[in-house]
Amino acid sequence: MSEKPQAADAPHVVEEGSSGTAPAPRRGFLAGMGAIAAGGLAFLAPVWSGIRAALEPLERPRQDADLIPVAKLAAVPDDGVPHKFRVVMDRVDAWNTHRQLPVGAVYLRRAGDSVEALNVVCPHAGCFVNVAADRSRFVCPCHKSSFDLSGAVNDPASPSPRDMDTLDVEIRGDEVWVRFQNFLPGRAEKEPVA
Amino acid sequence: MRPVLDWLDDRTGYRRLLRAVLVEAIPGGAKWRYVWGSTLTFAVVVQFITGLALWASYSANAQGAWESVFYIQNDMAGGWLLRGIHHYMAHATMILLVLHLMQIVVAGAYRAPREVNFWFGLALLFIVLGLSLTGYLLPWDQQGYWATKVATSIASITPFVGPALQEALIGGADYGHLTLTRFFALHAGVLPGALIVLIAGHVFLFRRHGVTTGERPAGARDGGNPDGQFWPDQALRDAVACLAVMAAVLYLVIRTGGAPLGAPADASEPYAAARPEWYFMFLFQWLTYFPAETEILGAIVIPGLVVTLIALMPFAGRWRLGHRFNLGFMGTILAGVGLLTWLAYAQDRADPEFVAAQHRAQAAAERIVELARGPDGIPPSGALTLLRNDPLTQGPQLFADRCASCHSYDGHDGLGNELAEAQTAADLKGFASREWLTGLLDPEQIATPRYFGGTDFARGRMVRMVQSRIAGFDAAQRDDLAKVVKALSAEAALPQQAALDEADRSEIAEGTALLASESIGCTECHEWRGTVEQSLGPVLTGFGSREWLTGFVRDASHTRFYGDRNDRMPAFGPDEILSEAEIGLLVEWLRGEW
Repeated sequence: MSEKPQAADAPHVVEEGSSGTAPAPRRGFLAGMGAIAAGGLAFLAPVWSGIRAALEPLERPRQDADLIPVAKLAAVPDDGVPHKFRVVMDRVDAWNTHRQLPVGAVYLRRAGDSVEALNVVCPHAGCFVNVAADRSRFVCPCHKSSFDLSGAVNDPASPSPRDMDTLDVEIRGDEVWVRFQNFLPGRAEKEPVA
Repeated sequence: MRPVLDWLDDRTGYRRLLRAVLVEAIPGGAKWRYVWGSTLTFAVVVQFITGLALWASYSANAQGAWESVFYIQNDMAGGWLLRGIHHYMAHATMILLVLHLMQIVVAGAYRAPREVNFWFGLALLFIVLGLSLTGYLLPWDQQGYWATKVATSIASITPFVGPALQEALIGGADYGHLTLTRFFALHAGVLPGALIVLIAGHVFLFRRHGVTTGERPAGARDGGNPDGQFWPDQALRDAVACLAVMAAVLYLVIRTGGAPLGAPADASEPYAAARPEWYFMFLFQWLTYFPAETEILGAIVIPGLVVTLIALMPFAGRWRLGHRFNLGFMGTILAGVGLLTWLAYAQDRADPEFVAAQHRAQAAAERIVELARGPDGIPPSGALTLLRNDPLTQGPQLFADRCASCHSYDGHDGLGNELAEAQTAADLKGFASREWLTGLLDPEQIATPRYFGGTDFARGRMVRMVQSRIAGFDAAQRDDLAKVVKALSAEAALPQQAALDEADRSEIAEGTALLASESIGCTECHEWRGTVEQSLGPVLTGFGSREWLTGFVRDASHTRFYGDRNDRMPAFGPDEILSEAEIGLLVEWLRGEW
């Protein structure tokens, strides 16, 4: 910065390579390495603890999805059309423990005495899939993926790489129990999240 | 590699920038005493790194701030370390700032041409103080809450704009969500932004003027030492100093287990342990010397004058004795600050009420961790709900407030204070336990203040019965009485006695039968399993159980208990002196259920 204005008592700027004031190269190299090592070490703890905190969600223990009651069997109409039911369960959200919190929804379709359950989330990009107004199929409002009422892709032009995700169902007495799980979007195989 | 770097340099000119940063002449060579500015920069960078990481897990709202800090501190891997570094590096920054300022003043580095840079430094000092003040509130614990209230109350006495300033600062008339969002915006946005700009200006001006070498003619060589350069000689010293600062901070973090976190802020709970951070303690102490109406002198006028005088040091320094005056002034201020700080801590240490308040604060801080780790976790309404519904927290306070005017608890008022009034009713520590009942049925004890001594019952039938009949018991009868005590105590189903009750089931069964026997004779006056000759005293069925005790506290004049022979015990339920929830908390606490 040779154009830098010189103040009255400012020292002269040492030009690079000017002999006499530059330290011996070897000592200078060691001092430089030492400075880098000590400086790096000084930043180690804050940087490490910061990165650890940022990646903390990856360290949290995974929980297996249990079957939970979602609806009374009688509440699922026997009309061949999927109906949306809210999934309500206890949930720990970081520092809060919620009792009976609506955490998502499933589509239930009655087939005689059995019930089929579908995750409402589109396997393409994670939007909430709707039942079309004419109740003939599912359609995703985001990228127009189309599925038949069993959740199978029914249009070769659909962006969804797989059918809608089926969920395990059990009828226990007069209740429909569902294993509520989400799956990774954007791939042909169905892989559970967490 | 070389061609790539050449290309990059051609497009960006980074080598010139690097040279500008690293090549700086240091007249007289690198020195350890030049490290303070660099350690400060280091401290600020560490605060940015840890602050950003904390930000990623912090929630600025009245039901989530404490909770998210609790999460960072207790649940997040390495969160305590992260928060601890941020906390103690803030303390270190304050110390380094004072050292840096002292060095500037002693070296006379505020003089021409460095006046403006001196003012930059002063502005930086105030930004850092602002960061400390705003950061102290963010965990939303009792300590930060009440200490910050003091600070914002002082802001409100600023002439003309005070009340408006306070309201804008805290986002309304009262502390709440907006106080946290605003303090967080200041702490993580406005003030750090200003800090970056001012540090850039400060360093730019420093590089423009160069190192101040001390009281020697410009251009003279320091003892013949050749000039050094920032890189690598000074950089090495700076880096080692930064490492030492970090080591000191880590030592404190590990020794203390990280930054403290008190119980969640509660506007309805007194907090006598409220104190600002140590570097504000001198101001805290200073304000105690200003009687009502003169507070503005101590809080605004005098500090304002002092800061103005410091800011004018560059001009004062022009006089022949100016520099000495500045040194003296700075020394006096520092000595005064030191003295006030020492006085503040010495007075607190010598004040038993403050020490007790600190212990209570510590106990509450530990209790909330237990509760938050409990099976129900922290509800969405916030951790404060846990404390408000906690018998161990609320019981002693309710007792001290509502019961201790007559009763005692282990000789004190429930909170550990001496009784304000003479005890006129029973000591309720361990009520209905075997130990308590054994004392009640002891001829030596029943008429003492621990039981009926202070009541109308001191001359009543029960006392007479114990002092005449039981006093004459033979060994076999004493054995029977011990079984009766076990049976009666088992009625209470006290959690602490569950194992004993389980182990002594056969003796309890014997005692249950003996209780109604002629030789023991309880049922002459007390109902027991539906049997009573003439109901004169409290029902013994379910004695001390939650249901029994709740009914008793609610209304001791009920026919189940003392009826119209009740002596001064208020009808806490019917008269709505205590709510049902409060009676429940009190009963659970007395029974040791928490």
